[in-house]
Amino acid sequence: MEKSIALELRGVTKTFGKVIANNNVDLTVYKGEILSILGENGCGKTTLMNMISGIYYPDKGQIFVDGREVVIRSPKDAFGYKIGMIHQHFKLVDVFSASENIVLGIDDGKKYNIKDVNNRVLEICERYGFNIDPKKKIYEMSVSEKQTVEIIKVLYRGADILILDEPTAVLTPQETEKLFDVLRRMRDDGKAIMIITHKLHEVLSVSDRVAVLRRGEHIATVETATATESMLTEMMVGKKVTLNIDRLDPVSPCERLVLEGLNCTSHEGIKLLDNISFTARSGEILGIAGIAGSGQRELLEAIAGLQHLDEGTITYKNPKNGEDVNLRDKTPLQIRDLGVRLSFVPEDRLGMGLVGNMDIIDNMMLRSYKRGASMFLDRKAPKDLAKNIIQSLEIATPGATTPVRRLSGGNVQKVLVGREISSAPSVLMAAYPVRGLDIGSSYTIYNLLNDQKARGVAVIFVGEDLDVLVELCDRIIVLASGKITGIVDARNTTKEEIGLLMTKSTSISEDAEKAAKEGSENG
Amino acid sequence: MANVKKHEPLFHIVKRDRMPIWQSLIIRLAAIVLGLLFCGLLCNIILDVKPMELYKTLYDGVFGTERRIWKMAKDLAVLLCISLAVTPAFKMKFWNIGAEGQVLMSCLAAVACTIYFGGKMPNWVLLICMAAASILAGMIWAVIPAIFKAKWDTNETLFTLMMNYVATQLVAYFLIVWVPSGSSSLGEQAFGHMPIVYHRYFILVAVVAVLTIFMYIYLNYFKQGYEISVVGESQKTACYIGINVKTVIIRTLIVSGALCGIAGFLIVSALDHSVTTDAVGGRGFTAIMVSWLAKFNPLIMVATSFLIVFLQQGVYEFANDYGISTAFQNIIVGIILFFVIGCEFFINYKIMFTRKEVAKK
Repeated sequence: MEKSIALELRGVTKTFGKVIANNNVDLTVYKGEILSILGENGCGKTTLMNMISGIYYPDKGQIFVDGREVVIRSPKDAFGYKIGMIHQHFKLVDVFSASENIVLGIDDGKKYNIKDVNNRVLEICERYGFNIDPKKKIYEMSVSEKQTVEIIKVLYRGADILILDEPTAVLTPQETEKLFDVLRRMRDDGKAIMIITHKLHEVLSVSDRVAVLRRGEHIATVETATATESMLTEMMVGKKVTLNIDRLDPVSPCERLVLEGLNCTSHEGIKLLDNISFTARSGEILGIAGIAGSGQRELLEAIAGLQHLDEGTITYKNPKNGEDVNLRDKTPLQIRDLGVRLSFVPEDRLGMGLVGNMDIIDNMMLRSYKRGASMFLDRKAPKDLAKNIIQSLEIATPGATTPVRRLSGGNVQKVLVGREISSAPSVLMAAYPVRGLDIGSSYTIYNLLNDQKARGVAVIFVGEDLDVLVELCDRIIVLASGKITGIVDARNTTKEEIGLLMTKSTSISEDAEKAAKEGSENG
Repeated sequence: MANVKKHEPLFHIVKRDRMPIWQSLIIRLAAIVLGLLFCGLLCNIILDVKPMELYKTLYDGVFGTERRIWKMAKDLAVLLCISLAVTPAFKMKFWNIGAEGQVLMSCLAAVACTIYFGGKMPNWVLLICMAAASILAGMIWAVIPAIFKAKWDTNETLFTLMMNYVATQLVAYFLIVWVPSGSSSLGEQAFGHMPIVYHRYFILVAVVAVLTIFMYIYLNYFKQGYEISVVGESQKTACYIGINVKTVIIRTLIVSGALCGIAGFLIVSALDHSVTTDAVGGRGFTAIMVSWLAKFNPLIMVATSFLIVFLQQGVYEFANDYGISTAFQNIIVGIILFFVIGCEFFINYKIMFTRKEVAKK
């Protein structure tokens, strides 16, 4: 089949300060193909796509659409060239219906008639196999439905070139498969589709060609048929990496943290945690899976003493003296004073776990500064700790006095995890510890969690990548709208099984949708 | 497709990487110099005064005589003291714009001591009473909005602003009570004067110098100072590590109010020996600018308060010499601040022109 070029980039460069986000990128997209843009976090995938969709303006380089050079200065210009982007964070008005959101901002001079819009939306749905009610309000929708609205919004405007930024990050395996079917149908309809991702198996299953970016440079574009996972990884990282996570058998596990009947509601009266009971054991990695906003954050924060509970008990079994301590309604300080060695790597690293404007030393001090009776700060011990962590975790930083917000995502996370591990915890909780990290750093973090497990720490790991959860954990708890829908043995499960458990109650319960909505907003 | 105009933007703005300190210092100095040049030009055009005359008068107005140097030192000390007072709260992102009222209340408290206890006790005991009363008054005026903020999350900016008006009205009331003639002008009080050591203003300047160093150490090397920074940067982080945010807010405003109290005490005992509704004269607000320009670093605040005091006093002399309104000093200070604050843009961003790049291709 003769393919014509839909979009071409020549020598596109964009810098932010000293950081070169994209350097001299050449890229070609044909009509009727799905092109994956693959690369690690921070390699400039999103920046590149933002230049095509008019959010950024390139410092250098040319963009051609249908063979003609174009200047795209705003998303409106991009729509003029029939380019549409579906962002990672949805931009929808909650109280509007699907159709109302879809026509919002269209200025075609025609009289507004919602019936016509509904019909056209249904037409598009039928054509590409979407399943959505145009009259449904956004706040009643699940994350995957919202994404569908975003895609239809772009198609409604007649886009021929579609860009999807990490569309599967918020979807369950089942929803992902549905999305890919739709994408394939759009491709067969002659549309050019670009999909940003860093998940290799998705690349291999959906795309025709893969463009690999590394540190802002376009490394190569290869046919998917000829590509393998290890080859793509090597191109992404720039060196050979082994992608295996060792899973050791737990050594003499004993109960460390027993949760019974946890209940909590938000200010609006929505159930955030619904009768949660489980046990975390020493020497074991306990995974927590679930769609974003299903109660993962509240659960960890309840254990850490940051979330008020309506009901339930959290019993910590002290390994030193065998005493039971109830952690419910204790402040983080009281928990520490009770001799409970609890470490917590929160989801929001720079907003909660660390202080972005402070240097590494001062961030090390966060946990320990109160020690001792002196009014003055002791910076000596934190300084040694900072140097130690920089060295042992290979943190790339100009020095210990660099503000942590200047470090890359992976290094920020190493600082945080390093600090939390340094206090020799007996329980370690980590929420999405590899989100936004490159492959190398992700594996460093997995290894650190495994080390802690081998030392007899009870590790609780909240993850979003089901492949990793299945490979790394010993047991996995699945949360859906604040309820436990299943506790599975990670050695004998599949991600499809977990995927089903993740959506188990969402169709019945309204709260779940609200929780999911909150999650997508907070995320 | 044809309706999309095809032309490139002339330039775009790009965020800079952090620039070395010496470079940013040069930019700031250049901004002050440019500002002064602009002021010179302005004087030349509207007053027909040679720019050099302006600069010379500015310099002479501040450094010309020993008396003027001391006057500058006195004004600098008072402004710096109030700036030090607002700094801990601002560093905590507690937008306290009530320093004016807090200082005024402590002035009132100090004067009340001289009126009710003056002549009934030795001078040094009276001074201690005045200091204690001033500090207490400043603390109370600062801690009220802090308690409301901590307990009910009220807006501290509005609250502290309103407290200023209450303070002004209270002073007006007491002036009516204390001045039987009804003129509301309380003369200089005979008691409670700061002893004169070396020079009339020496103790004032020395006390503020000590306070400056203390504040620097407090903010950077005290556990409490560290807690202020953490709460200011992120309340979520503060909760996460177990800092009691409410306690820190209230405690910090007590410190802030106490420093305002010291400022009020110094104004009454070493300078005014009296009180009017305008005793603070807007310095409670100028102090915010001083603190902010110095990025809440007490040592740099010496320089920023000097800049403002230098301009105010210098232009005041200039206005006197040339017989123009003293409001001229506001114009000059405004122009210089415009340049100083405006130059931050060039420290954080750079402008890139696209034309040339395309032409090269």
